[in-house]
Amino acid sequence: MTTSNEEKFINKKISRRDMLKLTGIGMAGVAIGASGLGGVMKAMGYDVFEPVADSTTASNKVNFYGKHQSGIVTPVQTNIYFASLDVLVTSKKELQALFQQWTPLVVRLMNGEVMVDVSTNTRVPTGDTGEAEGLDASNLSITIGVGPSLFDKLGIQHLKPAELKDLPHFPKDQLQKEYTGGDLCIQACADDPQVAFHAVRNLVRAASGKVEIKWSQAGFNSFPASGGTPRNLFAFKDGTVNPAITDEKDLNEVVWVDKGWLKGGSYLIARKVQMHLETWDRTSLKDQEATFGRYRDSGAPFGKTKEFDDFDVEAKDDKGNYIMPDTSHVHLARKSGARILRRSYSYASGVMSNTGTHDAGLIFISFQKDPAQFTTIQNSLGRMDKMNEYITHRGSAVFACFPGVQKGSYLGEALFNAL
Amino acid sequence: MAGCGNTEEVKKEDKPATEQAEQATKEVDLSSELSAYQQFALEQMDQFLLDTEKFVNLFKAGDIEGAKAAYAPARMYFERSEPIAESFGDLDPRIDGRLADIQEEGKGEEEWSGYHKLEYALWEENTTKGYEAVADQLLADAKELHALVQTVEVTPDLMITGAVDLLNEVSTSKITGEEEIYSHTDLYDFKANIEGAEKIFEILRSKLEAKDSTLVATLDEKFKAVDDLLAQHTTADGGYISYEELTEENTKALAAAVNQLGEPLSQMGIILE
Repeated sequence: MTTSNEEKFINKKISRRDMLKLTGIGMAGVAIGASGLGGVMKAMGYDVFEPVADSTTASNKVNFYGKHQSGIVTPVQTNIYFASLDVLVTSKKELQALFQQWTPLVVRLMNGEVMVDVSTNTRVPTGDTGEAEGLDASNLSITIGVGPSLFDKLGIQHLKPAELKDLPHFPKDQLQKEYTGGDLCIQACADDPQVAFHAVRNLVRAASGKVEIKWSQAGFNSFPASGGTPRNLFAFKDGTVNPAITDEKDLNEVVWVDKGWLKGGSYLIARKVQMHLETWDRTSLKDQEATFGRYRDSGAPFGKTKEFDDFDVEAKDDKGNYIMPDTSHVHLARKSGARILRRSYSYASGVMSNTGTHDAGLIFISFQKDPAQFTTIQNSLGRMDKMNEYITHRGSAVFACFPGVQKGSYLGEALFNAL
Repeated sequence: MAGCGNTEEVKKEDKPATEQAEQATKEVDLSSELSAYQQFALEQMDQFLLDTEKFVNLFKAGDIEGAKAAYAPARMYFERSEPIAESFGDLDPRIDGRLADIQEEGKGEEEWSGYHKLEYALWEENTTKGYEAVADQLLADAKELHALVQTVEVTPDLMITGAVDLLNEVSTSKITGEEEIYSHTDLYDFKANIEGAEKIFEILRSKLEAKDSTLVATLDEKFKAVDDLLAQHTTADGGYISYEELTEENTKALAAAVNQLGEPLSQMGIILE
């Protein structure tokens, strides 16, 4: 993975916009999309497990092979299509076959290749649904994980890590089953919404009869031209205290699992958090800032001037009041002592049918080596968090995302070897 | 990239796809399959005319309960052979049009005719009075359809596309209860559409077997899954429960089973290769 575009750019510590420019120039814009050269699939079944290499010529490409899956410490893209799936397969063998089938397709998608149908028979549907034709790889990353229910369904509970279990109920949770749980997840992130959707659509289609989609959510992030942390729909910067994606030591402490078949993998927590925008928008700026404990404009914590300035949650002013209110989101989160890697996206999905308000919010996604890190923070927020007034958690899921894949291997091989 | 430089594939792609498909079709002899399907469709249309006549007679005699009982079973012959039945422009909407379809075309309610208008009379108005002319017209249209079907030429495309279209019918209107909004007999249509697709599969089975026996096994399994789910909703008299009695879990399970059948079913065109 040391030669991947991803890391090269990370190490240079350049802004995302520069990165996009650079990749465009450096790669001479070789179009490989619809070339039809990648056609090793059988006409219909996609059931040939043949390794496919990461393209060295594709533009805006994130590498698939490496120590870790993509989409975790990959620089955050502008779009996500997140899908939670249920499996229909009933045996370990069929499940293994599914991941073997998916692996080369994932590489091909991340290469920006169309999943070419070698058949020229126009009397059957094409092997690729086609809407990504003419688009490049768009920094597509695909992250695949398994949920706790999968192990119960297939009778392999003995391999379910103790950490992998449904999250406990948190104060003010209003979870709806249509956005909760799942046996598998596909997190597709890209700098193009259609590329991200195309990836999920085609992986699900290729696995017809083996998986069915349970719930999904599209999301977006926008990056200021000057670089920096993106803002959520409350207009506050989201992800400021993340570990740096270049700090391997820190990532080992916060993100990567270091034992068992999941070694090199990470736990993904997805929460669909509705944000009550109408309520928020009639809240004074002062109250909005007190809700976060940060200044909206700069992102700096209360009492500081810059976004990344460190702060002491216990610090008090002359009158003995906390500088950062003890009901603020940042105060409570920091006080928990736990850390996670946030990789969230905003969503706007129309109108709530029962209230007529925006159906908008955050598809919160975090990676951690143990879901307990998230639980600790969430419990610390508890009923105290001033933010509760403006948000409702509607969906929740936890997945163990496999470690990275070496060429010749396949997604989740370590799990199947442990069986 | 693995798979690079497969020159055979590259050469193949140089030709326009349609040209190749045409060449391929010429090589495949489906004449016995085509005539088997034609025979099936004609039998269905014979039965459709007979049962429509029975239904219309009951309706015109003012026998509301009798007409209600005859309604859904008669329609099944039409739904089973829909790829053929709907191939005659105006006749399909005249026989099978829903009020919503008519209005969508900018036409008024007075232009609505056929089975669904009588469905409205029976279930919504609980009467046959005032609808006699509609019943007469339905029978006349059914006779016209019956006559036209005798001349239809069954093509491989009609069969293969037809099988998928039958499933699409199920996915888009039957599973949502939008076909039979007054009688809620959608599951009869559902079953008939599936049977129509299954018939095409059965006729093509040996040709498919020669090309891809795994596909045949998959289709057997997926048809069975749909049939088993439908069987859970039968009534003592061999009919189906009202669509309104289905829970959201029921319709979701049915829809998923149909989608899982549709994906492999769409591969039947491989026999034309």
